[in-house]
Amino acid sequence: MLTKRLIACFDIIDGRVTKAVQFKDNIDVAPAEELAGAMYGAQIDELIFYDITASAQKRAIDIETVKKVARRVFIPFTVGGGIRDVGDMYKVLEAGAEKISVDSMAVRSPQIICDGAKAFGSQCVVLSTQVKKTGKTPSGYEVFIDGASFATGMDAIEWIRRGQELGAGEICLNSIDNDGTLAGYDIELMKLAENAVRVPLIASGGAGEPVHLRTLFTETDTQAAIISSMLYSPRMAKNYSVGEIKAYLIREGVNVRPVD
Amino acid sequence: MKASTVKIIDYKAGNAPSVLHAVKRLGYSADFARCAQDIEGASHIILPGVGSAGATMDSLREMGLIRPLEDAVLSKNVSFMGICVGMQILFDHSEEGDAPCLGWLGGRVIKFSDDDVRVPQMGWNRVSFVKDALPGYEEGFFYFVNSYYAKPEDKSDIWGEADYGGIFTAAVCKGNIYGTQFHLEKSGEAGLKLLDAFLRAGVKQC
Repeated sequence: MLTKRLIACFDIIDGRVTKAVQFKDNIDVAPAEELAGAMYGAQIDELIFYDITASAQKRAIDIETVKKVARRVFIPFTVGGGIRDVGDMYKVLEAGAEKISVDSMAVRSPQIICDGAKAFGSQCVVLSTQVKKTGKTPSGYEVFIDGASFATGMDAIEWIRRGQELGAGEICLNSIDNDGTLAGYDIELMKLAENAVRVPLIASGGAGEPVHLRTLFTETDTQAAIISSMLYSPRMAKNYSVGEIKAYLIREGVNVRPVD
Repeated sequence: MKASTVKIIDYKAGNAPSVLHAVKRLGYSADFARCAQDIEGASHIILPGVGSAGATMDSLREMGLIRPLEDAVLSKNVSFMGICVGMQILFDHSEEGDAPCLGWLGGRVIKFSDDDVRVPQMGWNRVSFVKDALPGYEEGFFYFVNSYYAKPEDKSDIWGEADYGGIFTAAVCKGNIYGTQFHLEKSGEAGLKLLDAFLRAGVKQC
């Protein structure tokens, strides 16, 4: 059976991992390749890197950091932020990433999803979207862009359905309301999403304790969960190891890849 | 440096660099191969796979590699590993784009039904090895990214199996021809260990 995935997520500024709360107030944690290497050693299932200032600074993604990471980790990783076209996607894949995440850029120009899927296959294109419950759209959830700063008026569930049609191979939903709260994932959002699309789903935003993963994986048909604060945030009173989290999930009957 | 001369076919579709990193990490000398000349003298050839079966076949044709690969693998018995789509094109035909493939192994490549499971399959799945193609393997977790899977005609070509809405072929082996549907180069230490076993097999170490 396919196991549920734990994905460590890193927000990168100038090659270093930082940690934010609700998309603001980033504090410095460690060089990206070092933390990635440590997470690989701890047997995390997958990694995601967001070059969080690339889009705002209107520059391409930091390829050197991607290359450094690729030499240290032998598990799949996704890179996002500052991806403008198929040329940028190719550079990221060539540097050693498996997947490219598109977010604000895909809202502005959805064609990038089709172009990426045609050039590299759907499995390489992750549609990531920042979502907030505003009650202003049919599902109640609205798509935001540019670091959760701008409301688009688009319905989140409609958008992920469109993303799947355009060729996205995986969809990552980032709950703006839950991000950094450490209070658990947005279960209602993931339930809406699981019925809307047939590609794999990643939940992001809100994980603070292992029980949040158990709730997500037992109450929804979500394939993967992003965790970050609970693994490495200096703001947390307690950080959990990958081994601890997985041992707990296995005890609770969740199917995950065991740590050797 | 270990004795094997490893050639990794790079058809600009993506993950050849990841395979190169993995092979080098294991201490082997390895290079990309982009034309017939590049695979001369290889002890092992690896065909990584990203994208569709049809596009991969087109790339091999454009690089003029199909005949030279057949010569190396089928006539000279050079050890060959196909990864993901690189495994799928070993069969006669892929449903993806209705593509005729190499036909080194009998059988077809078909799509998972998304009525039963989410497609693509994405993540770590448990593989049971059903024959002793490389020593010391019974089972392990490996990383899959696939919408299609192979159905070998000859069941004795099946090396490993996994379950995704039903049992499917996760790895194949016939003589010097190996293939894994999972990404060996991205399956952590388990993947590196299996890759190492493949690279050690069939080569005289000095």
